[in-house]
Amino acid sequence: MAYKHFILVCGGTGCVSSRADEIYHELIANAEAMGVKNDVQVVKTGCFGFCEKGPIVKVLPSESFYVEVKPSDAKEIISEQIVKGREVTRLLYKDVRQKDRIKLEDIQFYQKQYRIVLRNCGIINPENIDEYIARDGYAAIEKVLTSMKPEDVVAELKASGLRGRGGAGFPTWRKWDFSKSTVADQKYVVCNADEGDPGAYMDRSTVEGDPHSVIEAMAICGYTVGATKGFIYIRAEYPLAIERLKIGLRQAREYGLLGDNILGTDFCFDIEIRLGAGAFVCGEETALLQSIEGNRGMPVPRPPFPAIKGLWGKPTVINNVETWANIPVIITKGAAWFSKIGTETSKGTKVFALTGKINNSGLVEVPMGTTLREIIYDIGGGIRDGKKFKGAQTGGPSGGIITEEFLDLPIDYESLTSLGSMMGSGGLIVMDEDDCVVDVSRFYMEFCVDESCGKCSPCRIGTNQMHSLLVKFTKGQGKLEDLEKLEKIGLAMKKAALCGLGQTAPNPTLSTVKRFRAEYLEHIVDHTCRAGKCKSLLLFSVDKVNCIGCGLCARKCPVNCISGDKTLKFTIDASKCIKCGECFKACKFSAVLKK
Amino acid sequence: MAKMNLEQLRKLREEKKGDMVRRNVEGKNIQIIVGMGTCGIAAGAKQTFDEIVKAVEENKISADVIIRQTGCMGLCYVEPTVEIVMPGMPATIYGRVDVSIAREIVAKHVVGKTLVENHIYDRPAVDIVKS
Repeated sequence: MAYKHFILVCGGTGCVSSRADEIYHELIANAEAMGVKNDVQVVKTGCFGFCEKGPIVKVLPSESFYVEVKPSDAKEIISEQIVKGREVTRLLYKDVRQKDRIKLEDIQFYQKQYRIVLRNCGIINPENIDEYIARDGYAAIEKVLTSMKPEDVVAELKASGLRGRGGAGFPTWRKWDFSKSTVADQKYVVCNADEGDPGAYMDRSTVEGDPHSVIEAMAICGYTVGATKGFIYIRAEYPLAIERLKIGLRQAREYGLLGDNILGTDFCFDIEIRLGAGAFVCGEETALLQSIEGNRGMPVPRPPFPAIKGLWGKPTVINNVETWANIPVIITKGAAWFSKIGTETSKGTKVFALTGKINNSGLVEVPMGTTLREIIYDIGGGIRDGKKFKGAQTGGPSGGIITEEFLDLPIDYESLTSLGSMMGSGGLIVMDEDDCVVDVSRFYMEFCVDESCGKCSPCRIGTNQMHSLLVKFTKGQGKLEDLEKLEKIGLAMKKAALCGLGQTAPNPTLSTVKRFRAEYLEHIVDHTCRAGKCKSLLLFSVDKVNCIGCGLCARKCPVNCISGDKTLKFTIDASKCIKCGECFKACKFSAVLKK
Repeated sequence: MAKMNLEQLRKLREEKKGDMVRRNVEGKNIQIIVGMGTCGIAAGAKQTFDEIVKAVEENKISADVIIRQTGCMGLCYVEPTVEIVMPGMPATIYGRVDVSIAREIVAKHVVGKTLVENHIYDRPAVDIVKS
């Protein structure tokens, strides 16, 4: 006996608290009452996202997606859908905005995600080229070689509106066009897979899940600009990605998709892997090219841009992994298809690595123009432990914080820049009320101090100065004029630093000073940290009313600074306290206070 | 395979496309697909994979089952992830599949054609290649 239908009831915490359990039991009871219990299996599932629209019920194989289901709806779902085979239309999810946005396929479309870059990730075996080929892989290079002239490819890219996904959003076609129209005996194509911001892993996952999409795209670029040689620059700390790239390159060569006379044509192109040592600055394109040449990874001034004068002085197109992965699809499905997705100025999708204080962390790909609220609440399932959203950091150490008031702003290159943040490569770190913005800024600045290459003084000295000021704030030693100084140095760095790293390093600090000035002032004037993160500003004490004198805190204290007994109750010697918080965690009577 | 020309590439694609649509490789019609990106492996996907291999053998269904690996599906919060594609059952993605759940999935889902509670997750997006 096999079931004909399956009813999935979301069992995520959000849905359970909104009576998913009752729905589950009602469905089973109704199935029994109507004599169809052998036709349908009702199961509880993990969280489906969409918690705001919960409880969620999904029926398979019809793929009906019901939202805000009530226990009283169970009867109708069973009698209509299971018995009579009709969807309960009134419960179906409707997205008012979806219609004019990405209703490209005539199917019921409840998902907020749209996967172009990640189209094969989680579907194909990345170590088997046949599976990539079966899913229209290498169809783009085939199309390009048989029916497109180089200028057609550039025109297609231009019409698609694709912009660089590595950070600043430079139009991809222009890079290609610069390189194509520069006369040289040798040209190069480079893939920037040196993903380095804390919390970002989009490019790693793309290369691990679908290495051939990058390989194919680079070959297309080689044909377009007239290059025969490509390099993939990837950090050595991504061993699995490197392994899969190597397998991919080998298989592509065996099939004649790389090497001499590709697919029997005159076109020759091959790719080598170059391993980076994990320096953040090597994600900056000129430093990356220096590193490929075997020099120390330090940026050089632009112009000349790499597209005109890059590797060994030759025209070099450099794009990042995500940009490359878009290209085969743009060629096979066409620019018109691609440019329908996204906003006026930013076409296509963006992959984000959604991390931090979020229920469903993960790799998400959404059309440009999706709001942060949709990403955090509909896809990410909201903030962990029901805490309050404080902000989201985009663009890692180069980006800025987006606060609650901007949750409904459609995300694209321009909107993020207008908020003092940037798209960056796509790290999206969610913070809640327990995160201290001063401490977070200090963390990012510390990262930049470590990663600054030291070539130009605005960055080398600026990051250090800003960092020491931020450390002072977290210790409660800051002065009001320091805040002014902090902003002054930051603005100077933005103008004077040599490369993107230095120019954007002040962003997290400047954006938090702007959006959370009150919190900075609390650290400076009142010496308090409302999130309780800046330990130097914390004071632990015992509330004599709640204390029952059990002494657990004293036994847990690693520096023996808590003393007392049953009658006197306990006291913490603040002069010896190291603020480890063990007593606070240990106390079962909320008698240890943290302020 | 030797180097191909354009015609051969087209032929290979059509042939392999058929395989993907039928979801039928080497005469086996049940696919168990384990997410093996760095994220999945860090969460224990290798152990899960090994356990599935064992469970498939113990249930004597090796002749019908092909166990494959794939990259990251994006569901980082519920790694390791396993997808089951088989006739008569909706394609199902399971999350938080440790070794004991892996056994349960093989026994209940693959053999018993019954979904396993509490571990089903939703596919994050439609497939743009198929559609």
